[in-house]
Amino acid sequence: MNFPAELKYTKDHEWVKVEGSEATVGITEFAQRELGDIVYVDINTVGSEVAMEEVFGTVEAVKTVSDLFMPVTGEVTEFNKKLDANPELVNSDPYGEGWMVKIKVSDASQLSSLLSADEYAKQIGV
Amino acid sequence: MKNTALTNVHVALGAKMVPFAGYNMPVQYSGINAEHETVRKAVGVFDVSHMGEFILKGEHALDLIQKVTSNDASKLFDGKVQYSCLPNEQGGIVDDLLVYRIDEKTYMLVVNASNIEKDWNWISKYNDFGVEMKDISDRTSLLAVQGPKAVDALQSLTDVELSGMEYYTFKKGTFAGIDNVLISATGYTGAGGFELYFDNANAEHIWKEIFKAGEPYGIKPIGLGARDTLRLEMGFCLYGNDIDDTTSPLEAGLGWVTKFTKEFVNSDSLQDQKQKGVERKLVGFEMIDRGIPRHDYEITDADENVIGKVTSGTQSPSLQKAIGMGYVKTDFAKEGTEVFIKIRDNKVKAKVVKPPFK
Repeated sequence: MNFPAELKYTKDHEWVKVEGSEATVGITEFAQRELGDIVYVDINTVGSEVAMEEVFGTVEAVKTVSDLFMPVTGEVTEFNKKLDANPELVNSDPYGEGWMVKIKVSDASQLSSLLSADEYAKQIGV
Repeated sequence: MKNTALTNVHVALGAKMVPFAGYNMPVQYSGINAEHETVRKAVGVFDVSHMGEFILKGEHALDLIQKVTSNDASKLFDGKVQYSCLPNEQGGIVDDLLVYRIDEKTYMLVVNASNIEKDWNWISKYNDFGVEMKDISDRTSLLAVQGPKAVDALQSLTDVELSGMEYYTFKKGTFAGIDNVLISATGYTGAGGFELYFDNANAEHIWKEIFKAGEPYGIKPIGLGARDTLRLEMGFCLYGNDIDDTTSPLEAGLGWVTKFTKEFVNSDSLQDQKQKGVERKLVGFEMIDRGIPRHDYEITDADENVIGKVTSGTQSPSLQKAIGMGYVKTDFAKEGTEVFIKIRDNKVKAKVVKPPFK
């Protein structure tokens, strides 16, 4: 399974791409495989500040529903609108076109608590 | 946890395995949406060997079946199958099942895997008729071969003329060189096709032959995930979700298999319920606004009064919209009624429709 080394990860299977005070967030290849066919990404927190480890949205697969957790505290600034019509992008390209939100990081010191690709891979046992 | 005779085959195919009703079962191979489409457009194979099979044999086998089931099994003839319920004494349903008439004195009951023991005990309790009962679940494999190409895929494997078989009939014959395979024109998908019952010993052979014969027709293995979306699009009840020990067959829309032409367990009070009318009904609904209904979500009216509960829900792979079933107060059961599903604190608009979903 692919966990790009330049990304950071959470134990809840989100990935984070940090660019200055902004970050892009999605779910990992492991997560999309576990969920199966994704049919709806429900995010209505754009414009709000959401605390680290709080729910910023929900991802629905055919069989299951899973919450999405904020990797670090921040304001959700943008939702990937392509997912409205094509939620399956999360399955086909989880680290690219399947990104979910952009956030403005409130406290950069929290970023150090995120996992590296190796640490994440070890945690899920692959 | 139990395995079916084909568990190793599923694992080798890369299936995602999950525990289901005490069995290690394939929930998906390539993905639910793709598998679903295979069954709707071509042909797919489900291993549903976890299902239970009982043989009831004896002079009074029909009497016992008439006593414990809600449908009128006296209408059966050799080679005919009937969908039915086992009503309990409190107005609910012990299980739903298929009743096969093998001959005048021999029947096969096919029950849900999760209820094998419960059903066995239940039926035994009413067996004052000296009927010989045999549980053949553990040695019986069951493959459902479903889809519009099922006849084409299977015909080369048997002399039984498949295209001529009417829905809900069965024949015993030689299949893939194995004698005594029960070929049943039934299924849980609405896509047409067959269900094949045979001894575990022949499972790998029959599986292999089916995939060889079906290859030109695009045959694929299908998991329980797609089985659920396929049955839900048809509005077929799933025991444990849409019907259970507390739901009446009349509430569940199973009046068509509840026949008061005979006496059966709890028939008096069910007949009473029929005359008085039910207070809630199982309905189908489709989402108007965006959201996916799930088991146990509340159903409300426009003023957020709770009027019922979702029993099954999914994004329909064929229709590309969210659909569900649930019990609502009878006033809200009429087709076209606007209802709301409580999804994560939002009230999301839906309307009552009559399954099969379109």
